Amino acid sequence: MAFEDQRTTVYKIDPDHPESETLPTLRTEELLLNMGPQHPATHGVLKVILELEGERLVKSTPVLGYLHRGVEKLAEDGTYHQFIPHTDRLDYVCAMYNNFAYCRAVEKLMNITVPDRAEYLRTIVAEVQRIIGHQFWLGTQALDIGAMTVFFYCFRDREILMDWFDELCGARLTTSWYRIGGVERDFTASLLDKLKQFLDYFPPKIDEYQVFLETNRIWIGRTKGVAIISAEDAVSFGLSGPTLRGSGVDYDLRKAQAYSAYPKCEFSVPLGKNGDTYDRYWIRVLELYESVKIIRQCLEQMQDGPIMADVPSVTLPPKQRVFTNLESMIQQFKLFSQGFDAPRGEIYCGTEAHKGELGFYIVSAGGGKPYRLKIRAPSFIHMGAFDHMSRGYMISDAVTIFGTYDIVMGECDR
Amino acid sequence: MVLQELAGRLQHDFSAALVRTVEWRGELSVTVMRDRLHEIALFLRNDPAMDFDYIVHVSSVDWPDDEERFEVVYELYSIRKRHQIRLKTRVPESDCVVDSLTDIWKGADFMEREVYDMMGIRFRNHPDLRRILLPDDYTEGYPLRKDFPLRGKGWRDTFEFLDETAR
Repeated sequence: MAFEDQRTTVYKIDPDHPESETLPTLRTEELLLNMGPQHPATHGVLKVILELEGERLVKSTPVLGYLHRGVEKLAEDGTYHQFIPHTDRLDYVCAMYNNFAYCRAVEKLMNITVPDRAEYLRTIVAEVQRIIGHQFWLGTQALDIGAMTVFFYCFRDREILMDWFDELCGARLTTSWYRIGGVERDFTASLLDKLKQFLDYFPPKIDEYQVFLETNRIWIGRTKGVAIISAEDAVSFGLSGPTLRGSGVDYDLRKAQAYSAYPKCEFSVPLGKNGDTYDRYWIRVLELYESVKIIRQCLEQMQDGPIMADVPSVTLPPKQRVFTNLESMIQQFKLFSQGFDAPRGEIYCGTEAHKGELGFYIVSAGGGKPYRLKIRAPSFIHMGAFDHMSRGYMISDAVTIFGTYDIVMGECDR
Repeated sequence: MVLQELAGRLQHDFSAALVRTVEWRGELSVTVMRDRLHEIALFLRNDPAMDFDYIVHVSSVDWPDDEERFEVVYELYSIRKRHQIRLKTRVPESDCVVDSLTDIWKGADFMEREVYDMMGIRFRNHPDLRRILLPDDYTEGYPLRKDFPLRGKGWRDTFEFLDETAR
């Protein structure tokens, strides 16, 4: 990079220079600066030790683990059903996606096929969650960089969807709406109406966000050409989601694995060219449009039908029956307290969350509890590339680079 | 490449190093001998037909009753070829060392550190093998091992409880 040369000519005095003895020596010293753990831009509790030369970042060492709660160990103590609410607390801004990824993994382990309607419901809610996630990201990233207006606009629209979640499952953040084998409850007429209204209301608002940012010279200046990562490096670091696609790598699990109702929908996967923060922003904005498209198609194609797979040894009975029917109540009780008997084996199942590939690796040794459950958290893996991506940039860009991963520490530290 | 072809190719090239090949739920997992792990990983990365350029996760499993107690798991994926493989190796407790794969996939750095932190498996040639999620001065062992207590450390049992039953 250009500044490397600059730096050597300005600061370093050639020791072999004939007059090096007589030249005044410049004292250069690297400055260590702790950023965090309490810093508003770290989206949680994260410390990064920055080594600075002037205002340039020479090296940065992320210190993780401030939010480590031992979720993977906790999983070994509960049944498969009992772990669903724990997944909400991983990435607490996008709980639905964690539920989805986990339920999909257990379904793969138990070899359960989810009914069609449930798949559509899951896809719709997952895409609503993606919209929420991207809105949250856009608002906070703009706020971190210094553009406050977008934050209010994003959160105003996010609020509509949060209320929609509230009506759907009774919670705004820790939703636990997905179940192994299906979903907890169907949409009501009012939910459908509200969602359709939102789909008409939302696309002009995305244009609005774009106008705010893309006509803002400061935003362009602080995102274009910042934190560039090449496609090879991005793949080698295991980046995923918009962070990977910003570098032009066409890898989206929704297309690559075609799970749930995604293969029945037409949508495109936006790709970046330069691999900088601006491209990653641009991809996320385009994904908002794509999500709206996917939800529209799902609503059109969705037929009536069951919302839970009919595998009584694994899946839960409908809630209405639990309150009226003794057998169903016993079934519910036994499934939650003792769990179902999973076969011996191991599976890995990745799902495209809005941050990247959220995967669950489950090892089962038989019995009702997972023997080992490993969470592949995109935020954690993205932090592995932080040092590489931040080297040589200004200290003020550190905040931009956190933001560009869409990092949430609850998921990073687990 | 189809899973059978993948397995066949590995079987052909590295028959002496393969311990076990399992195909289950459409996934291929291959257990290899520990001292050949790096070589096989390099082959999987560089061979044009394999082309595993993407590291999905590094994990570890503890099987306390087995002779070789720990299992290190590398999940690999090929973005261009769209196939996946799980590369595993077993490590005895007395000599908990595996060759690091950080020189093949850069992302393995943090993932291996997490395995070291949680399971206590060391990685040879790892550039920065320190604890990552737990504090550096944590001395109570490795939490994901099966002998690490699942419910507290037993100190609750030392409490003196008042007898509240009716007399």
